Amino acid sequence: MIGLRDIHKAFGPKKVLQGIDLTVPKGESMVIIGGSGTGKSVLLKCILGLVVPDGGTITLDGQDTAQAERDAFLARFGMLFQGGALFDSLPVWQNVAFRLLRGSLRKPAAEAREIAISKLRRVGLKAETADLYPAELSGGMQKRVGLARAIAAEPEIIFFDEPTTGLDPIMAGVINDLIREIVVEMGATAMTITHDMSSVRAIADRVAMLHDGTIRWTGPVSGMSESGDPYLDQFIHGRAEGPIEAVR
Amino acid sequence: MSRALSLLAALGRSVMAFLAAVGRVTIFAAQAISHIFRPPFYPKELGQALLSVGYFSLPVVGLTAFFTGGALALQIYSGGARFNAEAVVPRIVAVGMVRELGPVLVGLMIAARVTSSIAAEIATMKVTEQIDALVTLSTHPMKYLTAPRVLAGLIAVPVLVGIGDVIGVMGGYMVSTGRLDFNPATYLQNTVDFIEAQDVASSLVKGAVFGFLAALMGCFYGMHSGRGAQGVGRATKASVVAAAVLILAANYLLTELFFSA
Repeated sequence: MIGLRDIHKAFGPKKVLQGIDLTVPKGESMVIIGGSGTGKSVLLKCILGLVVPDGGTITLDGQDTAQAERDAFLARFGMLFQGGALFDSLPVWQNVAFRLLRGSLRKPAAEAREIAISKLRRVGLKAETADLYPAELSGGMQKRVGLARAIAAEPEIIFFDEPTTGLDPIMAGVINDLIREIVVEMGATAMTITHDMSSVRAIADRVAMLHDGTIRWTGPVSGMSESGDPYLDQFIHGRAEGPIEAVR
Repeated sequence: MSRALSLLAALGRSVMAFLAAVGRVTIFAAQAISHIFRPPFYPKELGQALLSVGYFSLPVVGLTAFFTGGALALQIYSGGARFNAEAVVPRIVAVGMVRELGPVLVGLMIAARVTSSIAAEIATMKVTEQIDALVTLSTHPMKYLTAPRVLAGLIAVPVLVGIGDVIGVMGGYMVSTGRLDFNPATYLQNTVDFIEAQDVASSLVKGAVFGFLAALMGCFYGMHSGRGAQGVGRATKASVVAAAVLILAANYLLTELFFSA
């Protein structure tokens, strides 16, 4: 279980997170929604330790993550980055098997390659893709490779940062379905950040809305339409008019 | 009065910013050195860095040294002719190339070719979240990216300097024997007789220091790059300028250390 208590983060005078309280139970798929620049990515990065929060406590299974042994902590996570963040200098299979080729999870290269190819198949890519370089792939294929890398070491927790950004609606639907299938199949805890409502409906068990640095609303995905929260209502219906100020 | 105070304040801010930058680079250098000696090690990345810094720099280093050695021979011959001292050409070419021009030119060529490449590569990795991805994959960016490149600079650049010294001297030899009618055997004998072990040692030590500085600046500015294409461009430019200036400053200090009476 991931617990966030009173998380604060500012960059200079800009206060991005102003007291985030959120709990993500084990095995649940939580989707965090919110407008651009509301701090969704910063929140994920705070949990992973990529950004150090100014205040508050983050716990994983009740243990303060600031006190956790770093490698063991990170070994429990997989992450799909917004742009894929594939390593340009490595072929696809070495990207997918990156964790399996070094460190505590190290395996012989042939075995790591086999695992990489099986994960590539799982995300709908052919074995021939394994020897290509990231620059030779389309945006959708890069997302799939990023997804394969995120699940290669079979992590307990997977983070998805804007998984469908930049994809056409059909490819976005394919990625959404893949994410849902993989999370259910692995029994993983998932945290996804997105402002794509079709992703929310396809991926989420629960939804949290981030606005003005705090969690504005949280509840089951089925309860979004009847939330009665004007902010959430405006966001999910994509209205320009409402309590959320839209810059024109 | 208030104008004088604001000028003083601006000066103070500049000095503080400079000192803060020196502090950041010093801490980064200490971290880079400590990661060279602490596991895990990445031999494959070191091998690739050695190829990139060393082997692929050979053509540019060789050409630079050759033409500089040749030009140096012509200049010394022309200058020496004013007081009938043409015979000093082999000695001055040798000492000039080995003590100064070899290490400095190789260092500057490495700053142009390698520092810029390291800074652009790492900065691009930063803006495309590849550095964050490394961390989430339990890999320390300083160990995986910085330590192999800095170690490669330390190892490969002295070798390049040694090769550059030899090619530079040969450039002087070819111009002197081909264009200036020097006797080949006498030229080589004069060169060998005049070079001392300390000259060679200073050349190689300078190479190691310059290689370290060039790789370090590339990594430092890459890791601290701003966002977007502009951030990558700024990081690349700043890394080359910083490496070149540091190499020239270090060259003076090392020359003082080796050759001051």
